[in-house]
Amino acid sequence: MTHDFSQEMIEDRESQNQQGNTWREYFSFNTDHKVIGIQYMVMTFIFFLIGGLLAMLIRAELLTPESNLVDRPLYNGLFTMHGTIMIFLWIIPFNAGLSNYLVPLMIGARDMAFPLLNAISFWILPPAGLLLLSSFFLPNGTAQSGWWSYPPISLQVPGDQFINGEFIWIVSLVLIGISSIMGAVNFVTTIFWMRAPGMTFFRMPVFVWSVFSAQLLQLINLPALTAALILLLLDLSFGTQFFKPDENGDPIIYQHLFWFYSHPAVYIMALPAFGIFAEVLPAFSRNPLFGYRSVAIATLGIAAISIFVWVHHMFTSATPGWMRMTFMATSMLVAIPTGIKAFAWTATIWRSKLHLETPMLFAMGGAAMFIFGGVTGVMLAATPFDIHVNNTYFVVGHFHYIVFNTITMAIFAAIYYWFPKITGRMYAEGWGKLHFWLTFIPANITFFSMHPLGLQGMLRRVSSYDPQYQGWNIIASLGSFLLGASTLPFIANIVGSWLYGPKAVDNPWHATGLEWTTSSPPPRDNFEEIPIVTRPPYDYGNPKYSVIVNSDNSE
Amino acid sequence: MFSVFEYILIAVYVAVLLIVSRWMGLQAFSWMPPQATAEAQRVDDLFSFLVSIGAFILLGLIGVMVYAIAFHRAPPEDYTEGHPSRGDARLEILWTATPTLLVVWIALQSFNIYQQLNILGLNQIVHLHTPQQEAGGKGAGGRGNALFQMPLFESAPAVAATVSDAPKPASETIDVFVKQWDWSFRYPNNVTSNQLHLPINRSTRLNLQAQDVIHGFYVPEFRLKQDIIPGRKIDIVLTPIRPGKYRLKDSQFSGTYFSLMETDVYVESLAQYNQWLTQTTSSEQTPINQAVAENIQPPKTLFNSGWYTVTPAQPGIANKRKLNNDT
Ligand code: HEM
Ligand SMILES: [Cu+2]
Ligand SMILES: [Cu+2]
Repeated sequence: MTHDFSQEMIEDRESQNQQGNTWREYFSFNTDHKVIGIQYMVMTFIFFLIGGLLAMLIRAELLTPESNLVDRPLYNGLFTMHGTIMIFLWIIPFNAGLSNYLVPLMIGARDMAFPLLNAISFWILPPAGLLLLSSFFLPNGTAQSGWWSYPPISLQVPGDQFINGEFIWIVSLVLIGISSIMGAVNFVTTIFWMRAPGMTFFRMPVFVWSVFSAQLLQLINLPALTAALILLLLDLSFGTQFFKPDENGDPIIYQHLFWFYSHPAVYIMALPAFGIFAEVLPAFSRNPLFGYRSVAIATLGIAAISIFVWVHHMFTSATPGWMRMTFMATSMLVAIPTGIKAFAWTATIWRSKLHLETPMLFAMGGAAMFIFGGVTGVMLAATPFDIHVNNTYFVVGHFHYIVFNTITMAIFAAIYYWFPKITGRMYAEGWGKLHFWLTFIPANITFFSMHPLGLQGMLRRVSSYDPQYQGWNIIASLGSFLLGASTLPFIANIVGSWLYGPKAVDNPWHATGLEWTTSSPPPRDNFEEIPIVTRPPYDYGNPKYSVIVNSDNSE
Repeated sequence: MFSVFEYILIAVYVAVLLIVSRWMGLQAFSWMPPQATAEAQRVDDLFSFLVSIGAFILLGLIGVMVYAIAFHRAPPEDYTEGHPSRGDARLEILWTATPTLLVVWIALQSFNIYQQLNILGLNQIVHLHTPQQEAGGKGAGGRGNALFQMPLFESAPAVAATVSDAPKPASETIDVFVKQWDWSFRYPNNVTSNQLHLPINRSTRLNLQAQDVIHGFYVPEFRLKQDIIPGRKIDIVLTPIRPGKYRLKDSQFSGTYFSLMETDVYVESLAQYNQWLTQTTSSEQTPINQAVAENIQPPKTLFNSGWYTVTPAQPGIANKRKLNNDT
């Protein structure tokens, strides 16, 4: 925000602009939001690979009904770590990285509001992640009570060890939470105060709307999780009894605090994904986003409603009837703004001129799978049905349709879509399409199979199961191994294209949006001159974007 | 924004969708395990309804996408716009109203069925509390005034008038004791066993009590599930209608040997049930607790972490005396 750069800094920046970003920058403390964004995205992708390996181990154990690959404490540690890593070290921080990269560019700002704070938010994460992973090497291993870490089960640790897996789990999560809060302050401030002249709220791309809503949720709800974790830590290591039932504590309070954050967390993860769909679908169908205003408002609406639905995770807990019915009603309300979005995406595609490049494939695939996940979500909100399938594989199937088939697919769409902008090079289209099909088909094989298992009553978090469930489990496991393999063409493509790919033009997709008006990759200060916004977003009818003078992107 | 041809196309499409989604809804019954309680029938009706509506929405929207992929592809260098419309107030109202109506319909339907189930009684009594509080808590509404209830949730809003937490009276009451990793049941005549026997066609109240951590009562064929929270007494009332042998499972993750925490459930005629009750008093069976067995002799797995595990509590039968004075 301060524009009084010293002469030295300006020279420094200019020399950086000429050189482009060097590799060393990415491993060092840097306050450029673009460098930080890339740091986030690369680091979280490594955690995604680790989390994916753990998932494949889990699925390998579940190939057969007996427990024969990993012993039971290790199995419990595996699913605890898998869930924790995927949520807290993959999706949430990846979104933070993508938003970091894009938001200032999309609103015409030179950087985030607090660049130094931004860098600190990022640099908390690698130590926190390494700390979490280090618990694999403790004599008694990692935390084993699932990513919910419900007491009293999470308080059952070997009595003579102060440093145990659960302890480390709590400490790393608190650190990650601190990083998120700092990030949230930064995003909300940036979007509120740093928009370019003419960039009114209703000229903001929906992606910016979704980051804004998601980060507001972080600010409002994350403190509840932090409180729960700190109380849990006191119970675990310092002899308090907030949650210990045999000493007059109440484990249900923990559940309320935990889900008060962790339900909105679903939308902290999903809203940016919806934002990605809202950018990619119009660009590749050459239509303005249909019903832009309703979609923007629906984004805030989803965030607002999602604060009041947390008890749907506790329908089978000690939850009285009136509370079950109240939260059934609020949970179902979420379907209205979400429905608006799904209809708007579909109407954008209707009567369009579709270009099915890789980002579009991932976006359409993700949007379609979201409709499936949304439908099973409404089913789960119906209390009597939820009582049957709660804690079964039906729920695991449902949320993987959201976290993987929707959000992770959206993330891939985003990576391909903004790859030319970020790296200044084009990725290889054929490899991208291969990656799409290798992801889309196995993801459906893997996660669809979990629904019939859950309907039949197979419980989640089991390391062995009744032989009657084996059929679908084999299908799910084989699907998951293919899914693991699908990351290989992706990595090859991204690394290869980043190093050797053909140079990209500034706007290879002929997309609207300020980020496409600057060079690829953008200079240190994003824009030669701060743009003045005079047109609505998604201006695909404008000849500027549709009449091609420079088709030099065919290279 | 539509031509006549498109209107006809949409009408035909919707008609086909209606037929297909209703058919899916009927199929849905066969995706579930057999219905072994009266409650299961209700839940399955709801599921069938949800599948019908869900299939309609899902196929409807995905159909449009597939249609676009089939018929609306642009030549590679054509970056002109598809349709110029940025919105259409009528359409937007339509698709806000549609999910709203659907959701209200689904919620009402679910509410109805929930009321018919009338399964749950929460005596939110903290374990160590005095007997008179416990007695007070068992009264109408079943809400004890223990310290640790969240006062916020105590004052129930208007719905409470229609959704009662006092379950319907049951003709049979069985105590269920659960701990890491063992189920045991105490019958009206004070017999304690590791098997759950239920007389058919009679509503039975299960009095659920956990000793150490949170567990869950779940028999897939019954469709009902209830967490068992240590320190709280929670009832569940169900009416078995189908004779047979089922598996009771622990539905809330409860630590190392969680997966082994299953036991047999028998639904049988009242005569058989009574006969079993009298037989069991005379012949004490020694159950094999799998968790205990595995704690002593772990199975050979490829990777052995040797990480910490909570030692399973002694089998229920050996603890019979202790169980009788309410753990
Ligand atoms: C973006 C990707 C993913 C995310 C965010 C994610 C998230 C989660 C979460 C939160 C859990 C719950 C852990 C718990 O029960 O405590 C979980 C469980 C599980 N996930 Fe994933 N997951 C992802 C990808 C995958 C993949 C690719 C597979 C491969 C099959 C997979 C398989 C499983 C399995 C088998 C469980 C265990 C379910 C259980 O026993 O409860 N996940 N995942
Ligand atoms: Cu939720
Ligand atoms: Cu249990």
